[in-house]
Formats: sequence, C-alpha cells, structure tokens
Amino acid sequence: MPIIIAIAVLLVIAIVCAVLLTLSSIFFAVKEDARAIAVRDCLPGANCGACGFSGCDGYAKALSEGKTDNPSLCVPGGDGVAAEIGEIMGLAAGDVVEQVAYVACNGSCLPSERKYVYDGIKTCVAANMSYSGDRDCTFACLGYGDCLKVCPRDAICINTEKGIAEIDPRKCIGCGLCAKTCPNHIIHLINDTSRVVVKCSSHDKGAQVRKVCSNGCIGCMKCEKNCPEGAIKVENNLATIDYSKCTGCGKCHEVCPVKCIHLGNFICGAHFE
Amino acid sequence: MEIKTLIYILLTGIFVNNYVLQKFLGICPFLGVSKKFDQASGMGIAVTFVMLCATAVTWPIQTYVLDAMGLGYLQTIVFILVIAALVQFVEIVLKKFIPALHQSLGVYLPLITTNCAVLGVAINNITDGFNFVESMFSSLGVGLGFLLAMVLFAGVRSRIENCPSPKAIQGLPVTLIAASIVSLAFFGFAGVIENMLGI
Repeated sequence: MPIIIAIAVLLVIAIVCAVLLTLSSIFFAVKEDARAIAVRDCLPGANCGACGFSGCDGYAKALSEGKTDNPSLCVPGGDGVAAEIGEIMGLAAGDVVEQVAYVACNGSCLPSERKYVYDGIKTCVAANMSYSGDRDCTFACLGYGDCLKVCPRDAICINTEKGIAEIDPRKCIGCGLCAKTCPNHIIHLINDTSRVVVKCSSHDKGAQVRKVCSNGCIGCMKCEKNCPEGAIKVENNLATIDYSKCTGCGKCHEVCPVKCIHLGNFICGAHFE
Repeated sequence: MEIKTLIYILLTGIFVNNYVLQKFLGICPFLGVSKKFDQASGMGIAVTFVMLCATAVTWPIQTYVLDAMGLGYLQTIVFILVIAALVQFVEIVLKKFIPALHQSLGVYLPLITTNCAVLGVAINNITDGFNFVESMFSSLGVGLGFLLAMVLFAGVRSRIENCPSPKAIQGLPVTLIAASIVSLAFFGFAGVIENMLGI
C-alpha cells in the first residue's frame, strides 16, 4: 500500500509540473519572427560582428525588424549567403565584397637584436606599452598572438621562426576582428581579388629601416615610378597601394629592392610566398 | 535574536560553509565557467537566483506534502523533478517578460537544472531543520558564497593564465591546485562569524 501512495504522490507532482510547463509555454510563448529564424539559419554563425550588428542573431533580428534592408552585409558568408537572405527577405542581394586580412610585416628584423628582454604578460597590448615592444622596429608585429586569440576560424598562427603572426587566406573569413585587436594596427583588410600587398608598416626613414630590418620599406619610390597605373604612392616613407587603381600587374614586386611588396593570389587560396 | 540568527545563517553560508570551497558541491560550473570574470559572475547570479526559487518551492513541498504523508524518503527524486521543472518554467517566464535578463542568464539556466549545489542547498535546509525564512536566508547566503567563489577564482585563473606554469601541470592540474589553495584560504573563516556575533 505505501508504495502505491508514493507512486501516486510522485505522479501527481510530475503531472502538476508538466501541466504548469505546458500552460506556461502556451501563455508565455514569445513570438519569434519566422524570417529572423530562417535568416539566422543561413548565416555562418561566426558571430564576428563584421556586419556591424551584435553577432549573427543581431543581424537576423535587424533584418526582420527592418532596421536594415541590406542583405549583403555578411562578409564571411559571401555572395551565397547574401542571395539566400535576399530570397527570404525579398530583397535584392548586392555583391558582397569578400575580404581577407594580412599582416603588414615581414618579421625580418634580426631576431638576435631585441631592444630588451620582455618578461611581462605575454600579450601584444602589454608588450606594446613598454617602449612599443621589444623589437627594434617599432612598427613590427610583436608576435604574442592577440590576433590569434580573437580569430573565430583559427586562421592565424605564429611563425616561431620569424616571431610574427601569419594569416591563412584560405581560412580567413574577412571579419576584421584581428585588425581591430592589433595594438600596432598592422593587420589590414583587402578585397580578396587583390594580388599585391606591401608587407611593411614602417614609417621610419630608409636609413633607420635598413639598420633594423632586411625587408622593410625604405621609401625609395621605385615602385611609385614603375607603376603603369599610378596606383602606388610612397606616403610618409611607406609605399601604399590604391586598390581602386591596382591591376595586379606585379611591376612593383619586381622592382622593389628590399622585397617587401608581395605578389599572391587570394582567389586560388595560395599563400603569400 | 531572530535577526541575529538570520545574519548568522547568511554569513555562514557565504564564508564558513561555502558550498564550492568547503563542501565541494557544484565543482563542475566552478571549474567550467570560471575562465572569464563576466561569465563567472553571470553563472553565480543565475545559481543564486535558482537556489532562492528552488528553496521557495521545495521547502513547502517537503513540509506540507512529503512529511505530512510520511514520504520523506522521496525527497531526492521529488526535489530533482521539481527543480528541473522550475528552472524550465523560470526560463520561459524570463524569456517572455525580461528578455534582457534572459539573454544574460539564458546560457547558464539549463546548465543549473540538475546542479548538485542547488539540490544540496534544498536538502541541507531540510536536514538542518530550518524554518521557511531561515531556509531562504540560507539559500541566499549559499548562493552569494557560490558567486563569491566563482568571482574570486576567475581572478585567480586569469593570473594563472598570464604566468607560464611548468608543462607537466599546465591546464586543469594547475587549476585544481589553485582551487585547493583558495579552498584552504576559506578555512580561515572557521569560527569568525560565531565570535563576531557572539553566539
């Protein structure tokens, strides 16, 4: 007899709980926009924030609530996702400019010649605070991997030989989190159709760059003079490329005496040298 | 005297009988979610909240249903059932009425459903013979103690991560060693509350 009472009591409690939960899920149901859920499902889910909203949920919500009518903001998703979102929302999908990040440093400053022995917290931000890091070149990648920690796709690794961060363009989704994190601001985003990059960020004068680095831009203007499109300019002792004019002919790469202008092809997923 | 007892129960729950560091309940979230300060505090607040709700429900059930019918031995299974349902209910209600709170606690609520610290405080309130108000204060104290332990340990862990530890104890081992040292530190609170309140 006692066992029947025990089972009955347990059953009653369980049924009360079940009824309560069922009722509450009916009465307190939150109406979610079906389109927001559909959009959320086709977004890549990296939550990188490249669209300008707080993650994929934020973007899906903004689209469904009409806060934005641009379905082409998802850089990691590319054209495919933009087309899918456009179909769900009934919006015309524009062309998504797929981007890729690169570290503008060759890491060629002589590793034996560090300014001092850095023994602090192993982050670039902290190292950068004491005399712009331990490297001779104040514009160099510090190699403590702050960018690596924020990358949602593990596209960044530290080249231990050179002590700099390297980005795998095949894994990079172009969200730009690393570029925002880098305390030296030497990670840049470029369209993945670009073929030429200047892998140096030094604004020092040529003679100073020569002292500390074998591959740093010395501002010799050779690339500027040889560019048939006038796309490359030496500004503040550093060659900068205007990608709206650059055709990727590679002349600048050929004439660069210090080999800091690199040629590659992002579309084929090839590494930069 | 009444208020003094309540304060005693509250402070004991926070410091002396800290569930994580003295009774070793709820170690799973303590090690799992203590990597970052904001996650740790979010988890701590969620646990405190659920402990209060759970005690408010389980104490009357124990007193008026189980004890009244002589079914005290069903305590564990009934408490698990009720707490699990309660957490689901709270999640639904939060989602409807306080979406902001749901978003910040949302990830942690399902994790707490069968957390042993929550079950532990519900059962200990009964075995310690507390009345309803005392039980609520005990839950609040234990919850705040959990929050304190989480937040303190998140700080300790961030210090560990910035210091290179020997390869053999990297990762979880060094975390467990640090946890044991923090736990030892909490033994220092034994007897402090009694002397402070003159009980």
